[in-house]
Amino acid sequence: MRSQSIGWLLLAPTLIILVIFGLVPFFYVLVVGFTEWNAFAANPGAHFYGVENYRHLVFDEQLLYSLWITLRFAFFAVLSEIILGYFLAQLMMKDFPLKGFFRTIHTLPLMVAPIAVGATWRLLTVPGLGPVPYYLDRWFGIDYRLGSFADQAFWTTVLMDVWHWTPLVTLTLLAALSSLPKEPFEQAQIDGANRFQIFRHVTLPMLKPAILATVFIRMMDALRTVDEVWMLTGGGPAAATRYIGLYIWRVVFPKTDYGYGSAMSLLALYLTIVMCWLLYVALVARRDLPKGD
Amino acid sequence: MHKQSRWRSFFFWIAASFITLFPIYWMFLISAKSRVEMYGKPTFLIRSFFSENYIKTLTDPSFQQYMLNSIIVSTANALLVTTLALCATYALSRFKLVGKENIFFWTITNRMAPPAVFLLPLFLLFTQAFTIGEWKLYDTRIGLILLYCVFNLPFAIWTLRSVIDGIPKELDEAAMIDGANTWQVMTRVIIPLARPGLAVTAILTWVFAWNEYLFAATLTSVKARTITTGLAEFVTVTGTNWGQMAATATLTLLPALLFLGLVQRHIVAGLTFGAVKE
Repeated sequence: MRSQSIGWLLLAPTLIILVIFGLVPFFYVLVVGFTEWNAFAANPGAHFYGVENYRHLVFDEQLLYSLWITLRFAFFAVLSEIILGYFLAQLMMKDFPLKGFFRTIHTLPLMVAPIAVGATWRLLTVPGLGPVPYYLDRWFGIDYRLGSFADQAFWTTVLMDVWHWTPLVTLTLLAALSSLPKEPFEQAQIDGANRFQIFRHVTLPMLKPAILATVFIRMMDALRTVDEVWMLTGGGPAAATRYIGLYIWRVVFPKTDYGYGSAMSLLALYLTIVMCWLLYVALVARRDLPKGD
Repeated sequence: MHKQSRWRSFFFWIAASFITLFPIYWMFLISAKSRVEMYGKPTFLIRSFFSENYIKTLTDPSFQQYMLNSIIVSTANALLVTTLALCATYALSRFKLVGKENIFFWTITNRMAPPAVFLLPLFLLFTQAFTIGEWKLYDTRIGLILLYCVFNLPFAIWTLRSVIDGIPKELDEAAMIDGANTWQVMTRVIIPLARPGLAVTAILTWVFAWNEYLFAATLTSVKARTITTGLAEFVTVTGTNWGQMAATATLTLLPALLFLGLVQRHIVAGLTFGAVKE
């Protein structure tokens, strides 16, 4: 039959590139994390440093703050996207004119460069130029300045993320909804269930795998958001929107403290994995509970 | 009754589309306004198209350089990724390779990792390890082209796998019996049948490479800067020229708009690692 070596030969270039640019950096960061290495220090070059870098991390208040706001950002953004996305998906299930056209428009934000998303939102919110501060002041008397108010900056980044990524949730849930069988819904209606009961006991259980997958993917992306936020707020005011990716990129990295930066990069990677895993366990565990049937 | 609810949905989606499109429309509006028109009470219609923002941007030599870099990097990356992914998925689909499911899964983990984590090691590798004499991988287009494979290859393999699996094995087995070698099977059987899937993969990887910012900003300095880094430069400079920034952002956005209709049905499956099939 076919020789295995041809198969490996076809696979080889892909594996080589992924190892060099995906795996090597990972092991590199693992090693550098145990060294003291600062390019501008009196003694530049890497020295073995043990776990000192990691001990440092635990007491780094700026880092802990950055982690905390990253989680807060991811939580609110993903939660709003799932709720909003579900309702939009339900509305997309209905039959109405020009459905395909609206669907296409709704896909647009997914294709836009994150950095351009940041740029559009900045143009909307720049004082003196954007309509948002103008009308908030005019109609509600709200003083809206992203550069001065931490809360406004935070919620604007959440809103921007919702604008950018709700379409993904809508479209995944739409795909899941349209693949659901019709009978359980008809049966529930015959049994006299009301809308909420149908949602709670029929739609939600059947949709669970799709919702899980979506939450997962969105969570992972939200935890690593950098481009949009950098463009919109630059991480400010002060450190109010300096999410973990931004923190590593803009604060640790330019200080050329490579050992410490590596330790922090690893921590961020580790936390992302743990977060997703916890989320997965928490969501899956409930499915394993004994059911009435 | 039914007719009424149809129209209610229709008007709801008009409103929703308005929200989706407004930020982009506003950006375009700013790019077409002169400095004087921009400030004060917002106006939502274009009275006269102020083309200077675009002319200034397009005739700026450094912007032209960024644009050219972006086009070269995205195109080369899309071609490379599509070719490699085609070979890889063909191998994964048709050969009994030891541990191929693990390999398949491992490729995706490359896409899941947060890019910020890899900036520092990649920066060090690009400036200090991946060098030949004076030549460094840092600030080169080839560096970006190869690096973008890390997130684009997994995506392309995911997208192409179902395409290749969907081509009946009997077809290439029949060709093999007729004496065709692997190369001939690929070029005469697989590629013609997989053409639509290949096109979608190439376009989407192209768009992702075009949109990438973080790696480009960190691993280039002068020569290989791309358009997204050019766009970001507007914020760091004091006294931002908003009109020109809006024009640059609009130009950055063009590929997304151009390709939207062609690939919109596949982007979701791709972005969710095949968790969602339509």
